[in-house]
Order: sequence, then C-alpha cells, then structure tokens
Amino acid sequence: MTKPAQDAAPRVARRGLLQTLEIDTRLLGMIGAFLVICIAFQGWTGIRAMAEFTLNPFAWLANGRFLIPQNVFNITIQMVSVAIMATGMVFVIVTRNIDLSVGAMLCLCSALMGILQVTILPKTLGLGIGHPAIAPLAMLAGLALGTAVGAFTGWLVGYQGIPAFIVTLGGLLIWRNLGWYMTSGQTQGPLDSTFILFGGAEGTLGPIWSWVVGLIASALAVLGLMQARKAKERHGFPVKPLWAEGVLAGIACAAILGLIALLNAYEIPAGKLKRLFEARGEAMPDGYTTGFGLPFSVLILALVAIAMTVVAKRTRFGRYIFATGGNPDAAELSGINTRLLTVKVFALMGFLCGLSAIIAQARLQNHTNDIGTLDELRVIAAAVIGGTALAGGIGTIHGAILGALIMQSLQSGMAMVGVDSPFQNIVVGIVLALAVWIDIQYRKRKGIR
Amino acid sequence: MAGIAPNREGTPLVEMRDISISFGGIKAVDHVSVDLYPGEVVGLLGHNGAGKSTLIKCLSGAYQADAGEILIEGQPVQIRNPRDARAYNIETIYQTLALADNLDAASNLFLGRELVTATGLVDDSAMEAETRKIMGRLNPNFRKFKEPVSALSGGQRQSVAIARAVYFNAKILIMDEPTAALGPHETQMVAELIQELKAQGLGIFLIEHDIHNVMKLCDRASVMKNGQLVGTVNVDEVTDDDILGMIILGKKPAHLAA
Repeated sequence: MTKPAQDAAPRVARRGLLQTLEIDTRLLGMIGAFLVICIAFQGWTGIRAMAEFTLNPFAWLANGRFLIPQNVFNITIQMVSVAIMATGMVFVIVTRNIDLSVGAMLCLCSALMGILQVTILPKTLGLGIGHPAIAPLAMLAGLALGTAVGAFTGWLVGYQGIPAFIVTLGGLLIWRNLGWYMTSGQTQGPLDSTFILFGGAEGTLGPIWSWVVGLIASALAVLGLMQARKAKERHGFPVKPLWAEGVLAGIACAAILGLIALLNAYEIPAGKLKRLFEARGEAMPDGYTTGFGLPFSVLILALVAIAMTVVAKRTRFGRYIFATGGNPDAAELSGINTRLLTVKVFALMGFLCGLSAIIAQARLQNHTNDIGTLDELRVIAAAVIGGTALAGGIGTIHGAILGALIMQSLQSGMAMVGVDSPFQNIVVGIVLALAVWIDIQYRKRKGIR
Repeated sequence: MAGIAPNREGTPLVEMRDISISFGGIKAVDHVSVDLYPGEVVGLLGHNGAGKSTLIKCLSGAYQADAGEILIEGQPVQIRNPRDARAYNIETIYQTLALADNLDAASNLFLGRELVTATGLVDDSAMEAETRKIMGRLNPNFRKFKEPVSALSGGQRQSVAIARAVYFNAKILIMDEPTAALGPHETQMVAELIQELKAQGLGIFLIEHDIHNVMKLCDRASVMKNGQLVGTVNVDEVTDDDILGMIILGKKPAHLAA
C-alpha cells in the first residue's frame, strides 16, 4: 500500500506543470481551440468595426464585437438545446450506437407541447389561456413522450437487434412527419407565457440571483475538489500539491464568475424593461437599468451537465455504459444486462430531446415544422468534436458541451463577419473532420487505441 | 503429479450430467457428464472445436444447455446467465479475458459488483484500494492502477482477470487456457496460484492444450472429441502418451478401457 506512494515521490520532480495539475491535455487543447476562435473573431469583427484600418492588433481586439456581453449572451442561449442533446449523444455513441433521430424527436415533442398549449389544454379541456397548470402539464407530456419514443427506439435496437443506424434513420423520417401530421403542418403559437421563460432572453435570473447561483456553483466546485482529495488521502493514494488544487479551484471559480459577470453586463433594453414594469402595474423609475443575468435555459444546461457527469463517472449505470462500449461481450459476461442498458440509454436520449424541445420552442416562441432540422448532425458533431469516439467506450460530457460551444461560436462568428452561408457550412464540415483527425493523431502519439 | 490428492468421497462440488447443446444442427456438446470435487483440478482436453469451451460456458452462464442438468453441491440449479453463475460462486477466467479495455484495473475487477458509498455512488477510491491489496498478493510488480487495461501487457491483463475471479470468494473456478498468452515466469506464477487455491478447497476446471501443464497441475483429466466425452482419467494413472491418444484417436488407453 505504501509502495506506490514512495514510487510517486521521485516522479513528481520530473513532472511538468500540466501533469502536476492533472489536467487532461486533450481538454486543454479544446479550450485552446475555443480561445483561438474567440480571439480571432474578436479581432476580425474589430477590424470591420473600425473606421480606419490600423496595424495595431490591440485596437482590433478593443473594437471587437464578438466578446461583448450581448453576443456572449446570444451564443450561450443558442447553444443550449444542442448541448443538452449532445450530453445524451455521448452515452449513445459510447455504447457503440448512434441516434440520427434526435432532431425529429425534438420536433415531435415540440409539436405535442405546442398543441397542448395552444389548443388542447386551454380550449378543449377548458383551462383557459394563461392557466398556471398549462406550462407544467405541457412540459411533462413533452418529456414523457420523448422518453417513450427513446425507449421504443432502444427496445428495437437492444432487444430486436436492428442496427441503431437503421432504426434511427427510420425515426428521422417518422417522428418529424408524425409531428407534422399532428399539427396539420400549422405553426403552433402563441405559447404559454410561463413556458416562454425557459427559452433564454425572456426568462433570466437577474443580476443578484445570478451572482448567488455563481457563488454557490463556485463553492460547490471547491467543495468537490476538496472531497476528491480527502477520498484519496483516506486510502493513502498520492495527491497533487495543495497549490495545484488551489490553481484549479481558482480557474473554475474565475470561469464561473466571469461568465456571470458577462451575462449580467448585458443590459435589458429600456423599452423592454418599461413593458416589464407596466406588466406588473408599476412605473419604471427614471434612469433605471438592470442586466439580464443567467438565463433559466443555461441554468438547466448546467444542471444537466452536472447530473450527466455524475451519472457517467459515479454511478453503476454510467460505469456499465462505458464497459459495454469498451467490450460488449465482457460486459455481458460480467452480468450486465446490456439489452436493458441500451433501452435506458436511448430513453435518456429521448428525455433530453424532450427537454431540448422545451428550450428550443420557448426560445423561438412557437412550434414550427422545421424546428430542430439538422440538429442530429449538430449534436453528433458536438459530441465528436468533444472527443467522443465513434468506435465506442470513450467520451466525456464536458467535452460534448465544449464541442457544442465551439460549433455555435464558429457559426455566430462567421455570421458576424459576413461569411457567406455556403462557406459557413463548409467551415463547420472541415472543422468536424479536422477535430477527429487531430484526435486520431493525438491517440497515436499517446499510444492509446 | 499434483500435490495432495483431493478427497473424492461425499458430494461433488459440481456435477454436470448428460449435457447437450447444439448450434444450428451441429451438436457442439453431446451428452457429456463431468464432475468436480473440492480441492480438485480437473483438466478439460481436446482439439479445437471438441466442445470444451462450449461445455464450460453452460456452467459459467454464457450459454444455456439444451438438455441435461447441473448440480452444485448436490442441489440441482438453473444457470440462465452469468449473474446466476456468480450467485453460486462460480467464477470464470475466459480465454479472451473479457476485460473492458477502456476501463482501469479496479473498474474491471469490480465490473458488475461495484463497491458503492452510502449514497449509492460508485466508490472508486475504495475499489482501487482493494485492487491494490489483491494485486499486491497476486502480482506485486503491478503498478498501472490508473491506466486503462489496454495499456497493460498480456501478463498484467491476465493477472487482472485472475484477480477478478479470485477476489469474490469463488468456490468453483473455471480457467480457459489461462497460460496461453503468458511467458514462462508468469506461467509459473499461475501454476503456484492454482496450487494455492486448490489447497484452500476450491474446485477448478482447467481448459488446457499443453499436456505438460495438465500432467503437472491436474488431478483428473476429461478428454472430449467431436462434442463427446472420450473419458475421464486419474492423471497419475496415465502417461502423456495415453492422454494424447485419447485426444487424437478418441479412445481410452487399453489398460483403463476395461
């Protein structure tokens, strides 16, 4: 027991900074790529914003429009729906499956929730427009439908042995058009006023509560690091030096609070603020301003990210997902019911599609037939850019979310600097292939299969 | 000849009676009966495709026999899947090792039987500590506790598979060619481990191609050919050539045939 600790001691001296911090180099690479994208677009938009061109890069960055609070806010609320589904796609791909039907499932759930809010609940069931039960009932129905459709897909894959590619390719055609049939192709709106709060700009925590959430999140991050250290010490395993833990905790807190500060800095337009006050029957004080703060949808994404990370790393379910992806036969021989596991993984994917449907629909403020079109490709791309291996067994939740963020930043940035639409898609396609190629090279270097 | 002779009176640990299983009309195992006593090592021999692995998979729960019955300590049991087998303290070391390459040693050792904390979350630190304990006994040179097992050598992977079988207080151990991928030094370690487990009263089915290992490690040997049992012999009553004759010709040696 003591031997490994003794061996570790001399090794520390030879270790570099990154090893001491125990940060995954590939995660670092992704963060680096993201920062490069941010800085490049900041400079590029800066050049375009300046009246006269100068050769001073600092002037470019200072005049940039990419990292201003408004754009950061927009990017975060635009990425949420894809990012939520990408966390589920990680599990699907890790178990050596694929789900091509997520965009269609999102559309079907959205269609059901749209009809419930616009027609069935207020009119057919007579609750009346604006009844407080409409939003929760519609959401529960959407989440239940997503889970059921996902479980059915999983049953076809796990118990009937149809390849996931085929089942979900069928689903891609079936679910969206089932939604179309249910709504007769009509746009569903206007939506319930409570429901819309989950879309982004309409529902935010405001500056004070955003700081509270940010501080709680920071405290939890520090607590988590401390607990992990204690667990290691209890069993006498080597731990990293205290300063390294401090640096990590500092980076985590700075990232969380920095994002909160940016979101708070985006001020609600005066006209909108005035309407908010009027809706409450109050008069807006002169010169009153306040920031948006953390949108509910982003808070939901954060909670999903934490929950899915805990599932992946700390539950038996998650352990079995990765074991099955690494070696399905071994998992089966270890007594894992891999068929039921497949059903659960697809059901979870379906649930997350339902959740994304709530957020996507609320953000667009109505249901249309083309909601979530091509989302399957964005979601798969986010998971793969985030380091999920299509061969199975490898993938992380935080990687997938970072992948979604990188894609959304690229698209947003390209739109801002005026890249033509066909080129935007060409760039995203190239980035996807490039990300996987870099990943393969990285694994070869490190000798990981 | 293998150490102390086991006591073959009383109830056998395992009895597989009249087991048959076929795949698409081919009888992979054809009315075969074998048994195993505590503290005994029974070798299962035969050519590739003779049905040894298939027979033993009926006991480990990977396959279900079409006909026949299995008795554990005299009680008839139903083994429908690997979980059932584990519940009867039957542990298997597969020829392929059945390790999830992307997980570390501790996750593989406890796969399907994770240690959990009071809140129901998997307790990785506790599992690593237990893994360090048992590996310290089985393979003291083992160091790679953090790496996925794909990063391990053949012998290290083998020791993870063995540790998994031994850790959970197995009564019946099935080893499918445990030394096939090992060097001489590691083979010797496995041989010593088998002697140690035998002394603890475990029963071991050993599928083995190397006659030399069979003569050294086994108490009895059951030979199969084309899905049928040629015969079971006490290893110290026969020679290498007798067993080879059984494997190749499918006949019991003349002096035992009566």
